Amino acid sequence: MFTLEVNGRKIEARNGETILDVLNRAGVKVPTLCHMKELFPSGACRVCSVEVEGFNTLIPSCAYPAQEGMVIKTNSPRVIKARKTIIELLLANHVQDCLYCVRNGDCELQELAAVYGVRERRFPAEPEKRPIDVSSPSIIRDQNKCILCGKCVRTCEEIMGVSAIDFVHRGSKTIIAPAFEAKLNVSSCINCGQCVLVCPTGALRERSYLKEVTDALQNPNKFVVVQHAPAVSVTISEEFGLKPGKDVDRLLVNALRRLGFDRVFDTAFSADLTIMEEASELVERLQNGSQIPMMTSCSPGWIKYVEQFYPEFIPNISTCKSPQQMLGAVIKNIFAKEQGIAPENIFSVAIMPCTAKKFEAERPEFSANGYADIDAVLTTRELARLIRMYGIEFDSLEPQEPDSPFGTRTTAGKLFGGTGGVMEAALRTVYYMITGKEPQDLVFEEVRGLKGVREARVKIGDIELGVAVANGIKNAKALLEQIKAGRNDLHFIEVMTCPGGCIGGGGQPFNTDQNRVRARLQALYQIDQNEPLRASHQNPLVNELYEKYLERPLSHQSHKLLHTNYAERDVLV
Amino acid sequence: MNTQLLKKMLSLEFIQQPAGKPKNDDLQFQIRQLKNSNAKVPVFYVGAGTCGLGAGADKMMQHLSSYLNEMQIEAKIVEVGCIGLCSDEPLLDIQLPGKTRLIFRKVTADNVISIVEKVLQHKIPLENLLGQHASQELEPWENIPYLQEHPFFAPQKRWVLKNCGLIDPTSIEEYMAHGGYRALARTLQTMTPTEVCDEVEKSGLRGRGGGGFPTGRKWKFALNTPAEQKYMICNADEGDPGAFMDRAIIEGDPHRVLEGLMIAGYAIGASKAYVYIRAEYPLAIARLNKAIEQVRDLGLLGENILDSGFNFDIIIKKGAGAFVCGEETALIHSIEGKRGMPRPRPPYPAVNGLFQKPSVINNVETLANIPEIIGQGAEAFAQIGTEKSKGTKVFALSGKIQRTGLVEIPMGTSLRELVFTIGGGVSDGRQFKAVQIGGPSGGCIPEQHLDIPIDYESLKAVGAMMGSGGLVVVDDKTCMVDLAKFFMDFIQRESCGKCIPCREGTRQMLEILNIITRGRRSEHGYDALERMKSIMYLERLAEVIKDTSLCGLGQSAPNPVLSTLRWFRDEYDAHIYERQCTAGVCAELITFEIDSEKCKGCTLCALKCPTQAIYGDRKMPHYIVKEKCIGCGTCVEVCNFDAIIVK
Amino acid sequence: MQKSKKRQQIFQKVKDAKREQLIPLLQEIQETEGYISPDAVKELGQVLKIPASKIYGVATFYNQFRFKPIGKFHIQVCRGTACHVRGSANVMQTLEQEFNLKPGETTRDGLFSLEVVACLGACGLAPVVSINGEFHANMSGPKLVKLLRKLQRKETQKN
Repeated sequence: MFTLEVNGRKIEARNGETILDVLNRAGVKVPTLCHMKELFPSGACRVCSVEVEGFNTLIPSCAYPAQEGMVIKTNSPRVIKARKTIIELLLANHVQDCLYCVRNGDCELQELAAVYGVRERRFPAEPEKRPIDVSSPSIIRDQNKCILCGKCVRTCEEIMGVSAIDFVHRGSKTIIAPAFEAKLNVSSCINCGQCVLVCPTGALRERSYLKEVTDALQNPNKFVVVQHAPAVSVTISEEFGLKPGKDVDRLLVNALRRLGFDRVFDTAFSADLTIMEEASELVERLQNGSQIPMMTSCSPGWIKYVEQFYPEFIPNISTCKSPQQMLGAVIKNIFAKEQGIAPENIFSVAIMPCTAKKFEAERPEFSANGYADIDAVLTTRELARLIRMYGIEFDSLEPQEPDSPFGTRTTAGKLFGGTGGVMEAALRTVYYMITGKEPQDLVFEEVRGLKGVREARVKIGDIELGVAVANGIKNAKALLEQIKAGRNDLHFIEVMTCPGGCIGGGGQPFNTDQNRVRARLQALYQIDQNEPLRASHQNPLVNELYEKYLERPLSHQSHKLLHTNYAERDVLV
Repeated sequence: MNTQLLKKMLSLEFIQQPAGKPKNDDLQFQIRQLKNSNAKVPVFYVGAGTCGLGAGADKMMQHLSSYLNEMQIEAKIVEVGCIGLCSDEPLLDIQLPGKTRLIFRKVTADNVISIVEKVLQHKIPLENLLGQHASQELEPWENIPYLQEHPFFAPQKRWVLKNCGLIDPTSIEEYMAHGGYRALARTLQTMTPTEVCDEVEKSGLRGRGGGGFPTGRKWKFALNTPAEQKYMICNADEGDPGAFMDRAIIEGDPHRVLEGLMIAGYAIGASKAYVYIRAEYPLAIARLNKAIEQVRDLGLLGENILDSGFNFDIIIKKGAGAFVCGEETALIHSIEGKRGMPRPRPPYPAVNGLFQKPSVINNVETLANIPEIIGQGAEAFAQIGTEKSKGTKVFALSGKIQRTGLVEIPMGTSLRELVFTIGGGVSDGRQFKAVQIGGPSGGCIPEQHLDIPIDYESLKAVGAMMGSGGLVVVDDKTCMVDLAKFFMDFIQRESCGKCIPCREGTRQMLEILNIITRGRRSEHGYDALERMKSIMYLERLAEVIKDTSLCGLGQSAPNPVLSTLRWFRDEYDAHIYERQCTAGVCAELITFEIDSEKCKGCTLCALKCPTQAIYGDRKMPHYIVKEKCIGCGTCVEVCNFDAIIVK
Repeated sequence: MQKSKKRQQIFQKVKDAKREQLIPLLQEIQETEGYISPDAVKELGQVLKIPASKIYGVATFYNQFRFKPIGKFHIQVCRGTACHVRGSANVMQTLEQEFNLKPGETTRDGLFSLEVVACLGACGLAPVVSINGEFHANMSGPKLVKLLRKLQRKETQKN
């Protein structure tokens, strides 16, 4: 511990802290654009510069270690002028369409411009005009709004281990692009959208399907069905100013009804269905001893990752469709028949925390007879936008119950929303399937939490299962490499593409950080603790679905509706 | 390679014997032989550096050798590096048995044979003669001036360039015969790393790459950082446009650089070194490769060198072309196989550098100084130069100057002496305007400051910097706004693009300069207003870029603009307010007229004009239609009668 | 296919492939193939275990690397300071006027390609132009045109 002086105030600092750390703790706000907690400072944006006595130049506070006796000024005219000029320089090379921008009102650059009072366009060079990449079904890249902070590149490389994009060229010609400046749809991008989450401007955004959805809602001939993923109800509240970790499940149901959806279902229902299939598949694989370890299949980013980078592991991936696609298939096939509606007249919408789900819904194997199982996927952010657009006051909503038959879920299905949730849900049911009894303790503490990889040895009857949970593809990659190198003590692996799982998904509200993710995860655990139905095989409506239509897990009918297959993808990786 | 002899020359017994009193006559005889001092046949030395070859040295050499063959003259041809006088290339030295070496200028394929014929008959063609080299061992020519008296060489103090142009750079024997590797042998066999660092610190040597940080202190940081592996890096990525010191040193005397590198490696405790050299220098790379092969064969690379327990290896990395890689952290990233983008410091490379290990990066000239500092002692070095800038500095003279080339002068020499005595003043009888020193990070110095001594501090005081040693002379036909624009264009292309002030700021500064030099032909009233306004932002931008950029490249990027603004504001004003380029360079600001008295009506200009802006009948004076003229200047170039008036 | 074979030979020389080898390998590939193709990047990525985007990012950072085939005669015009004040801009302008050749491009007959280099380090002989590695000193627009026309004639005679 030592002291230094900030704006004439003595402040305590700890060894190893950067100046920015110290300032943040002391409540001195310093703007940043490229700073990423936990990663080595890149020092690219320079807006966090401060004046330190004895230095010739301004010092980037994010990258410079705090030292004893430093005399720091964070708001001297020199500092303010430098910051303002930097923001002006960025705006000078930025397309001038703030009012039309998806991030209008929620843009870090715009906010800084307002704070520092940028009122005129001072510099003469025109912005470079660059084409917008609209090739991807998930993510739209608009280079005209890119400020080259590099957060997307670092996220894609250092957190996801994908490296679909990098800086290309040099100097003022620098852009961010996939190899050979190819379009995103033919790149190794896995559509996870983590880049969208960290982008300070509107340079990266999800491809929006709001128009398709509102059109369908207005169309009297369409029966519009909606499902919402387990991770949405614990995050959307943040879009309406509530504190992170507040579950608004029943309010969400009401909001969706007010928007005009004809049926409101819960993807957690089909998560339970997934567990029935996946647990059975695991038991079967354990009996046959084939393709062990089995790996989960509900995260579409992960699936594309394996198809591209590790096709040798395709046989290890569970053949179960993801909950979104299972429910999609059930709605267009079973529900449609039950209700006497032609499947082509059903418009099936999924509210997802995820951008990769948009890609998943477009995969050709997820459509039959010319119509897709899922017609449109909206992210949490898009739904919030729709709610605002339709003038629905979120805080004035009354709780409502979801629709039958696909609105009932167990807490196991709800746990799908966070990392470790699929594992925990599966273990509860696998235990029951193997032993015929419920496990004594339903909570598998070892697989909970936010650590990159968590492992456990779980005793079920006579067998001991080696299980592992990975969140963030980079962590999953490490596991795959271990297995490639000969590791063979694992039987079941859960992978969620995004750090924290779906609650940290690329479609979630901006400003998603570790603290928020932790709060959201806690909310899921709370739900699990509070409700009576906590294992998927206890879901009465899932069981009814089997009785009425599917016979049993892994039956012929189940295979037809609920399972799929994967193939190697040829992209420049 | 006579390994036995060379090993003897590295022995303690040999290197410790007092100078001037050689004990071992047989050994001394052999050494003289290596130096060609007692050659029985004529020896021809061809200046075969890149510049010499570019000027036609190889063709000259081919002619020479076939002539010697034809005439059955027994002789020896030695390819040497560049002695520095590029404007007189190709250069040929001739040493007749027992006589001192004569040096001839502008020896081409056409005149080589006649020159050689004459010299062999002891008739010296004076029109091509530069002078004779001084020698203690050889008999001088009578009535022939010494090369050291030549104005180009007289003020020089050749310490780093000692061997350049004199010895065969591909021969380790010759290097050692001239005292090479003695400093290394002494270091390894008698000094501790701390002593080496102390000696270098005491000498006052400062980094010659531009920054001027004390070399000994840098070494000590690395020496005092404990680590299993440390690295030495030789920065030969000479990116400054207008500088070729490093190339010439490596081409002319590669072993000197290697020796310095090895001593440095020993001093900081590194066992591995990288030489990061521009791929644009194929000859220098070849010379370096050959030299490394030779020292490896001799056992000066590898394990337990000279039984000292010191292990060392050198790896060559070819730079792929990025000016910013002169910056230390960018260079490290480049060696690691990444984009050469700088990172914030601290941690400094001496603590955490290449592959996260302590690393010292020294430039070629810095390292080339080391063998002499160890060999002659820190005091001898410290006696040269000024109080704060010790030793010598190598400069690459180019631009509008009589004698272009490579010179080494003691620190403290005045710029005037460098330009007017050594360089012989401005070429083509034109008027001196300024020297540009320090390249894209440096600045321009006008006539009134030519008397300042060349040292780190004085140059900074007038808004320039030492830089790596590029020195470009410009005359009254050079537009200073255009020159500033040239550097800005260079910098904004070479900026790594990482930090905003450098990437976006230099782009805007360039655009402002473009607006200033853009012509009235395409100007609207609004543009004029914009032009006036934007000049106000030049200085503001420059200030912020200097204040906030991530690395040295960005922090010094505005210098060329600031220094031209400081000393040549009137030229900016003329461009902005009067819309005139007095130097006649900015194409859009000049107009062309045809002098009807001088024009003979040859029609050549009308034929060559790309926009058909010139009209006139054959044998009648022509005229230029201003609205069609794009100011390309083709007519001026092609006119044989000097009839085009540039306004 | 022969290309791929040559490439394999290049890769084999590198014993333990590390990131450090990336730039040297790119240089060697360009030397044998003339440019960097997507195919080469793919193979290189497999050898070094580096994503293609990273390889492309590195390659585009440096002036040296090209992604299109070069002409039979590769012209490098030096744009160093000394060359600039002695008129290298003029040389470039002439090339564009006479041969319609712009930096980074190749003429349609595949004969000439133009590259602008920062500094060839032969400032004493400015302006300098290098053709297939051979230096030509004190260049001017007309001088270069003459030289290139000569090369052009020789080529047409050959065919």
